[in-house]
Amino acid sequence: MFGKLSWAAIPFDQPIPMIASAVVALVIIGTLLWITVKGWFPYLWREWITSVDHKRIGVMYTVLALVMLLRGFTDAIMMRSQQALAFRAPGYLPPEHYDQVFSAHGTIMIFFVAMPFMIGLMNFVVPLQLGVRDVAFPTLNSVSFWLTATGALLVNISLLVGEFARTGWLPYPPLSELRYSPGVGVDYYLWAIEIAGVGTLMTGINFVTTILKIRAPGMTYLRMPMFCWTALAANLLIVAAFPVLTATLAMLLLDRYLGFHFFTNEAGGNVMMFMNLIWAWGHPEVYILILPAFGVFSEVISTFSGKPLFGYRSMVAATMAICILSFTVWLHHFFTMGAGADVNAVFGIASMIIAVPTGVKIFNWLFTMYGGRIRYEPPLLWAIGFMVTFVIGGMTGVLLTVPPADFLLHNSLFLVAHFHNVIIGGVLFGGFAGYTYWFPKAFGFKLHKRLGQAAFWFWLIGFYVAFMPLYVLGFLGMTRRMQHYDVPEWHPWLLIAAGGAILIAIGIALMIAQLVVSIRQREELRDATGDPWDGRSLEWATASPPPAFNFAVMPHVEGQEAYWQIKQRFRDESLPIEEPEYEPIEMPRNSPTGFICAFFATLMGFALIWHIWWLVIAGALGAYATFVVFAWRDADERRIPAEVVAQIDRANRAARARLQNASVPA
Amino acid sequence: MSPQDNEPVMSEFDSAPGDEEAQGGVIGAIRNHSIGLALAILLTVTSFYIAGTHLVWHPSIPVAITVLAIAQMGVHLVFFLHITTGPESTNNVMALAFGVLIVFLIIGGSLWIMAHLDQNMMVMTQT
Repeated sequence: MFGKLSWAAIPFDQPIPMIASAVVALVIIGTLLWITVKGWFPYLWREWITSVDHKRIGVMYTVLALVMLLRGFTDAIMMRSQQALAFRAPGYLPPEHYDQVFSAHGTIMIFFVAMPFMIGLMNFVVPLQLGVRDVAFPTLNSVSFWLTATGALLVNISLLVGEFARTGWLPYPPLSELRYSPGVGVDYYLWAIEIAGVGTLMTGINFVTTILKIRAPGMTYLRMPMFCWTALAANLLIVAAFPVLTATLAMLLLDRYLGFHFFTNEAGGNVMMFMNLIWAWGHPEVYILILPAFGVFSEVISTFSGKPLFGYRSMVAATMAICILSFTVWLHHFFTMGAGADVNAVFGIASMIIAVPTGVKIFNWLFTMYGGRIRYEPPLLWAIGFMVTFVIGGMTGVLLTVPPADFLLHNSLFLVAHFHNVIIGGVLFGGFAGYTYWFPKAFGFKLHKRLGQAAFWFWLIGFYVAFMPLYVLGFLGMTRRMQHYDVPEWHPWLLIAAGGAILIAIGIALMIAQLVVSIRQREELRDATGDPWDGRSLEWATASPPPAFNFAVMPHVEGQEAYWQIKQRFRDESLPIEEPEYEPIEMPRNSPTGFICAFFATLMGFALIWHIWWLVIAGALGAYATFVVFAWRDADERRIPAEVVAQIDRANRAARARLQNASVPA
Repeated sequence: MSPQDNEPVMSEFDSAPGDEEAQGGVIGAIRNHSIGLALAILLTVTSFYIAGTHLVWHPSIPVAITVLAIAQMGVHLVFFLHITTGPESTNNVMALAFGVLIVFLIIGGSLWIMAHLDQNMMVMTQT
């Protein structure tokens, strides 16, 4: 009846997962009770859960990313403390638990923090910057989000029910094959990533279509803000790379479930094919993450320097060059696998070449700041912290592209330090820059500045204290993923690294405090104009938070930096702001399709993991039925009457007029 | 200015195969798809046929089948997926080129990598 599932799946004898699960359960029950007592369920269902509005979906993606960041960071603290304690001692995490912790940390941080963070920002910002009302396929967007949430949920269920993979964040065979990992851990990983991966692929299709097909009148490709370009490149990479991930993991699933031999040691399988295929996805994946972050920094640096982005066209060229080149370097993840000098040399040189367009970008940002009127607001702090940190991470990366150096450093903590250097310093700082930059657009008030600055400094210093020792440890020969060790030279460096993790924890606490304080003081931090940073692209041309239809009247774009030009013209000619003719607007109807689909996908994924076959069939049928019901809908749009549009727009127009009158010298 | 003023006058020669709207609505579309279907069937039947006969020099049969398969792809792209040379199809052509490039890189790269896996091994003689 319940397949492999029994009470034995719950780890009653292990206090750490039991206490952690109890805390999580208490928080969830508490939140649900609070929502019930306040009577917020209908509101949440109507306005958020069933919403197909790209802005709401973007906010939900970001919330998912930030919550999962807490989970992933908890794993990080556990690893750092274990390694700080486990010098000639067993520490407090037994090996089988420690292996799950580092696997869950990597999986969660990449798939459920970095990805939803970047996709959330793209969701919120790209349609606004393009001057349009929504993405190409709004309901599909909602399905994408909820399927990503399903993946995150499955990974977290594994904490209480069963176990998680002990194979690292990429389940290398033969360890991940049934013979060496007979438990459900690898299955949790595989189904969570397969389901979330489908969601990501649909996001990619959605955004490529949106950017190529739906732009405001006059918004030609070379007038698009840089963030739209990087979003386009990242989504092209998603469309090209994610099918590879899905297929590779599907082959591993066939090995595990149906006795195939794609990656087994025996019966003609080839283990190395898995490494080859997973990195053919994995290397483009890191550019899927970093390219949107590059876009965020481009917007932030240009806005807070009060200058157009330096070398816009070279930036576009660099972005698209990275988009192609990212598919030519994947072998550098397995130089030591056995390929000869010619293969390694070609991929090593390709990996060095891909650093060139990134270098172009760094210089463009520096020249954007050069001679600018710089305002050191928190988003710019993150951007500057990024530039310094990312250059260091990039250089250690170029060092690793030299195959002989890689033979010494591969699988060591040097590598761990390198990729945290670029992912924290690049992707995460980019996410935080975007979060503080666009927060006032999403909610109508700024985040508290001083707490933001404090959080930045703790993160930045904490990062260096936590990860620079890992470079040293790499040179001292410490390999990654060690549960205990007995080399006395390593111990002090691991203690320093643990101290760095504590500094980062303070940074995270300050960010939570910043959010709480900002919400409590929202009236003082309120921005009525919708343009709190003196922005340059179209998202600042509408109210904060933007109305459901984004723009009361479609903007007409006449050049790069669309909104800056409009502002300049009005300032120069001191034109009166005339009221446009309002027309009714048709917007897509909200739909519970995404949520219900994901509900059935969760059932199906859970049932597949535990071999509960009747529930697999029920889940699949349910998801399919949801799709059929959606496909047969009669009405898919609602009409917002012109009077309502006018009423919403007039308030914002009045606030902007006050600002303009104040800024025009009498 | 009404939107119609911008539209170029299309003659029969401005359109490419698969560009059904320019070739007269539903009837054009049916004709188009029929031609495509006929070509696709012809190519399929030919590949099955030559595999079993001595019509082609025997060692070159795989080459012939490969050529027919590529032609098959072309037919599908033009008649069913409506990839044309028209200006409105630029995005599709670019997407196709990107896709072909990526497939080439991944498959070509994988074959090359997998063929070199034993480069650092000692030469073993088959027993």
